[in-house]
Amino acid sequence: MRIRKSTIGLLIYLTLTLLPIYWMLNMSLRTNADILENFALIPLNITFDNYIKIFTDEAWYSGYLNSIIYVSINTAISLATALPAAYAFSRFRFLGDKHMFFWLLTNRMAPPAVFLLPFFQLYSTFGLIDTHIAVAISHCLFNVPLAVWILEGFMSGVPREIDETAYVDGYSFPRFFVTVFVPMIRTGIGVTAFFCFMFSWVELLLARTLTTTDAKPIAATMTRTVSATGLDWGLLAAAGILTIVPGALVIWFVRNYMAKGFALGRV
Amino acid sequence: MTISLSDVSLVVGAETWLSDISLDLGPGAPHVLLGPTTAGKTSLIRILAGLDRPSTGRILANGADVTGKSVRKRNVAIVYQQFINYPSFTVYENIAAPLRRGGLPRKEIDSRIREVAALLHIDALLDRLPAELSGGQQQRTALARALVKDADLLLLDEPLVNLDYKLREELRAELREIFARRPSIVVYATTEPTEALLIGGRTVIMDAGRILQSGATAEVYKRPATVRVGEVFSDPPMNMIAGRVAAGRARLGSSLELPLGRHLAALADGPYIFGARCGHLFIDRRADDDLAIPGVLELAEINGSETFIHARHEETSWVAQEEGVHGLALGQPVTLYINPRHLYAFDDAGRLAAAPSGG
Repeated sequence: MRIRKSTIGLLIYLTLTLLPIYWMLNMSLRTNADILENFALIPLNITFDNYIKIFTDEAWYSGYLNSIIYVSINTAISLATALPAAYAFSRFRFLGDKHMFFWLLTNRMAPPAVFLLPFFQLYSTFGLIDTHIAVAISHCLFNVPLAVWILEGFMSGVPREIDETAYVDGYSFPRFFVTVFVPMIRTGIGVTAFFCFMFSWVELLLARTLTTTDAKPIAATMTRTVSATGLDWGLLAAAGILTIVPGALVIWFVRNYMAKGFALGRV
Repeated sequence: MTISLSDVSLVVGAETWLSDISLDLGPGAPHVLLGPTTAGKTSLIRILAGLDRPSTGRILANGADVTGKSVRKRNVAIVYQQFINYPSFTVYENIAAPLRRGGLPRKEIDSRIREVAALLHIDALLDRLPAELSGGQQQRTALARALVKDADLLLLDEPLVNLDYKLREELRAELREIFARRPSIVVYATTEPTEALLIGGRTVIMDAGRILQSGATAEVYKRPATVRVGEVFSDPPMNMIAGRVAAGRARLGSSLELPLGRHLAALADGPYIFGARCGHLFIDRRADDDLAIPGVLELAEINGSETFIHARHEETSWVAQEEGVHGLALGQPVTLYINPRHLYAFDDAGRLAAAPSGG
């Protein structure tokens, strides 16, 4: 059987991209001594000690919980504010609407570090430092504009006549929005939620600066565990693998929406 | 219930979409809004529904001013040109939507849905989603939703335009039956003269945001008030040629001459515009007093079982609508015949001066 050139190319590409992840998985299943002494493509003495440590030590698993909490809060806030905003942008013409829409997007163009100092100062003043809500709100700076932008694309694809028909049929606006409109753009909402989740999940700078212990994200926990005795390779690798898992799960659930979203809207 | 519009106009930006619309609408016979695209039919329908506010003028319902009243508080139903249904609702729920807020008992709602679904032949599709229906079925669902509630005002904005020919014919005939049995005011917008004639009732001819003529459909068809009405309410548009009447004879263009008889006998001397419907032109002589128009074939359009024959005579292009399929070669000489008793005459200001008695 002849194997096509493109197949070979694809295999090489996949190997190159998956190798680091595989290597991390490999390391996470070995002890530190084993990692440092032997080079092994396949781990021979598999151990789950690293994972057990993460799931039993509060300093470790609370990192995951904190991350999940603020990411969820952020996704909820982003969607709750972006849905009405996107509806307004897609349905109404008002003074400066186009400039405002563009201005929203420009918020994404600045690097997060620019906002670090003002955020830190403000949150200190209000006593918000080291709370989940602080991180969630700071991430809104990037996620709300993105959410508005994506949702506006999906909403503009819905004919205005449907809104009007609903009013003719006697729907009040809130009831129309929740029972008729939202189900029509659920693909867009899925895609938006995914992007909010991803950005918030991988963002490290703001999350680390605005937290100390109570709301410390997992990424920060990982960077702070470099001790005097050196790096705990196996433990770090296990934490890394567990960090990928939520993202992978979310992608798995929204993969159909994503495909549709890329085809329909504005992703 | 009666609705009357007085001096309604709509100005959007620098453009005037509607001007000086005064109209009285009542139940009993459907009102057909007939006009080419951009005539303002949709704008007028939206104003009637209460979706848009007119720039000036008032709308009275039973004598009470409802100009600024929200569409939610008016009892109207609307069917759009596009197939508009709620995509996430089944056909059943779609039809039920306008009834859900009326406080009707569940059984009553159910029986009304089934009744209207049967009327529109979609009773077997009630559990489907709109996306699983054909275009014709989707539009039937939209019609069912509009018909299920007892709206005072039923507005249809070119509802059959996006359907194929067969379905259009079928629905058209059904709609005429349905309208006849409804006590509400029906307003039906269309660009097609044949549709206006089929729906019947009363016709309002619109062009460029103005009402040109309104009256009983047959009357408007028989006696188009102006040249423009003749063009709009005729498909293909009425043939028009400038002419002159002198001493009991008319000269059309520069060489066609005919004696004036019957309805044209009373025309005073002066310039006129003569009109002839395409269906009255033939490629063979049918009567001795037929006027012969020699010309050159420009185009022979085959339209179903008919052929539109375009022939150029001097500066004027004449169109004849002939039964059957005629294979004619372009550029060949062709003579069209029209009997003078079918000729319309408009004065030089474009107003009707004489109309054939038979229409």
